[in-house]
Amino acid sequence: MSDKIDQKRREFVSVAGLAAAATVVAPGVFLQATAEAEPRSEAVTGKVRYGMLIDTNKCVDGCTDCVTACERENGLDLLKMPEGADPEEWDRQRPRWIRKVKVKDRLTGKVTTLPMMCQHCEFPPCQDVCPTGASFRRADGIVMVDRHICIGCRYCMMACPYKARSFIHEDIDEKLTVAPRGKGCVESCNLCVHRRDNGETTTACQEACKEGAILFGDLNDPNSEISQALRQQNNTELRADLKLNTGVRYRGI
Amino acid sequence: MQDMFRFGTRLLVAATALLLVQTASAAQGSRSVIEGSKAYGLDSCVEPTPLMRKKHYAFLKHDRDITVHQGIRTVKHSLAGCVDCHAAKDDTGKYVPVTDEGQFCQSCHEYAGVELPCFSCHSATPTQATKAGD
Amino acid sequence: MKKIHYREWGIESPRYWGILAILGVLLAVGGLAALYMEHNGHWVTGMNNQIVWGVPHVFAIFLIVAASGALNIAAFSSVFGKEIHKSLGRLSAMLAMSLLVGGLLVLVLDLGQPTRLIVAMTTYNFKSIFAWNIFLYVGFLVIVAVYLFTMMERKANKYYPTAGLVAFVWRLILTTGTGSIFGFIVARQGYDAAIMAPMFIIMSFAYGMAIYLLMLMFTFKLEGRPLGEKLLGRLKNLLGIFAAAVFYFVLVYHLTNLYGTENHEYEAFILRDGGVYTALFWIGWILLGLLVPMGIVFHPALGKTHGGIIAASLLVVLGGFVAMYVIVIGGQSFPMAMFPDKVIIESGFYDGVNGQALHYVPSIWEFLLGLGGVAVALAATLVGVRVLKLLPMSLEDEIVDPRQG
Repeated sequence: MSDKIDQKRREFVSVAGLAAAATVVAPGVFLQATAEAEPRSEAVTGKVRYGMLIDTNKCVDGCTDCVTACERENGLDLLKMPEGADPEEWDRQRPRWIRKVKVKDRLTGKVTTLPMMCQHCEFPPCQDVCPTGASFRRADGIVMVDRHICIGCRYCMMACPYKARSFIHEDIDEKLTVAPRGKGCVESCNLCVHRRDNGETTTACQEACKEGAILFGDLNDPNSEISQALRQQNNTELRADLKLNTGVRYRGI
Repeated sequence: MQDMFRFGTRLLVAATALLLVQTASAAQGSRSVIEGSKAYGLDSCVEPTPLMRKKHYAFLKHDRDITVHQGIRTVKHSLAGCVDCHAAKDDTGKYVPVTDEGQFCQSCHEYAGVELPCFSCHSATPTQATKAGD
Repeated sequence: MKKIHYREWGIESPRYWGILAILGVLLAVGGLAALYMEHNGHWVTGMNNQIVWGVPHVFAIFLIVAASGALNIAAFSSVFGKEIHKSLGRLSAMLAMSLLVGGLLVLVLDLGQPTRLIVAMTTYNFKSIFAWNIFLYVGFLVIVAVYLFTMMERKANKYYPTAGLVAFVWRLILTTGTGSIFGFIVARQGYDAAIMAPMFIIMSFAYGMAIYLLMLMFTFKLEGRPLGEKLLGRLKNLLGIFAAAVFYFVLVYHLTNLYGTENHEYEAFILRDGGVYTALFWIGWILLGLLVPMGIVFHPALGKTHGGIIAASLLVVLGGFVAMYVIVIGGQSFPMAMFPDKVIIESGFYDGVNGQALHYVPSIWEFLLGLGGVAVALAATLVGVRVLKLLPMSLEDEIVDPRQG
């Protein structure tokens, strides 16, 4: 009995994006709680679709806080340049899950700066082309790689319109428990999936952004902050012409 | 198909490994867990020891798919759980990788002559306050 | 048509083993290069997170495309009833299988996890053209082996036309699959074109014929078996026609691209501003790989000399490699249009700032691996003709086709 209640509570917690909420919260009220929720014990479902809204008007030129936070969270900062490698070549080979890009409008010349990462498509080209099914979309909308069956063919990297993926070019000595990583497989942003499964409400990049330019949440919950924000103002899907229905949206470009 | 193929090879490997493991543990006394690890203070693993010796890879493989694809982090047989419990601490209080010479995973796999590829990607020490199933 | 007798390739043992030894060295070096890359990881190669497919893929795709093309010579006789080609069929099938094995080996050894090949063979995502290709390649080997058997075994002769038809259809599907690896990539400007598949088929005709001609002349000349000038003339004319067809497809591909404004930047890159890729396209692919060999084979005097035919074939092969380089690496080198209405002026991940080409310098290891694959293909063919009765004793014109003699 108490197990059942627990289950319900957990579902509610993850759906509403609230952690450790013992009290009943009115819908639409968003609580920023420090996560001390329990790990997921039931399979993820399509009731939730995680996504992000990035407000490029708030994104500061030259700031790389989101990048730094992502690399720390996912152990990318633990990578060392292989001995004997050319630093310039190596820089092109080392993995990045998120990066800052600055673009200039061809007509107006308006300059915009923004973070780019996996756009978590509803119809991911990387999933379509993967020969083994290692590249997959989890029921809750997270596009990720099952590196147990990734053969390292890099076809997904050829197919991704956002250049979101990285191949691991060297042996990895140090890695985090939450972010396994090894030579010869492909990986990319997974919306901090270990945080999702531990009931936390944020991603590392969102947490790190002092300007609040990154908003993470459940796109399927009409009352979530991200859904409300998406309704209020226009947003852009990168390469909308490909009709991939991305889970990451931008404002101000 | 894959399973069928693997079943045969695994049966062979498992049988050989089991034989070797039993000889090994007989030689070392019945306890092969490492002093200084959480496991050392426990009576049994998540399954009875003989079953774990025989089948741990199958348990791990089964549950890894559940964790990766369904996001369930409370699986009984999680590799992070293995590491969390079996990694010993040295004198300075630092974790020793389970893949180091003489440590829990390494010593047995070395003895049985079976590859141990998990840790080319997974951490061989608990890297933070580990939550089950990470 | 007189009865054609087939015999094992009978050059003296020292020469035979000498040739195999040279190929063996190439093969061993390729294997060591693969081990080296595998042991260290791909950082020792020129490949990176921008150019993810490099020289190994150029070799692999070329060999696979050439493999299906090499089968055409056999298919012409069984499908289109060209009796003149019948005597050429066995070598054609052997060469096709060998080239495919060589190409696949390179492809597999470049994987990040080559030891997981069993995963690729047992876990399928049927939406992936790559997964289909695994079936197509394995199927090709089986079908061509059966086809070869129906040619060689008298009792199985009655199935020869059927096997030939199946093999021919299968090879068309296979090359369509290989071409579609690129054709299906909507993200990249240079690849997103359905013409890729038929273009790959016509390329396979040309490259397969060139390699076949070289192999035929090499084996026959070395042993001193007679090779009719009329037959050679027909084959080299076919080579010229195929080269012209490739030229036509390249023309159509770029002209249709030029019509659409969205492709102008890509076309400018390949045709005008792409530096090494532009040079390779015009000089390597178009001039040396297509126009010069066409000029040679259709030249009234040059086209009749063996030297001319050999040179033309070698040039078509070279042009084929260059073509793959331009398609595979040039295609990736052109920055993706992530923001079609904007210019990227700064990036933390080499996104082609200000439209600049992405950087790739191939490493020696990649070439050695590729050459290893070529060595495997050649060695397998030569072992095949040595131990099996694949080569006719004589291909003199009056034997092959008395009416023409």
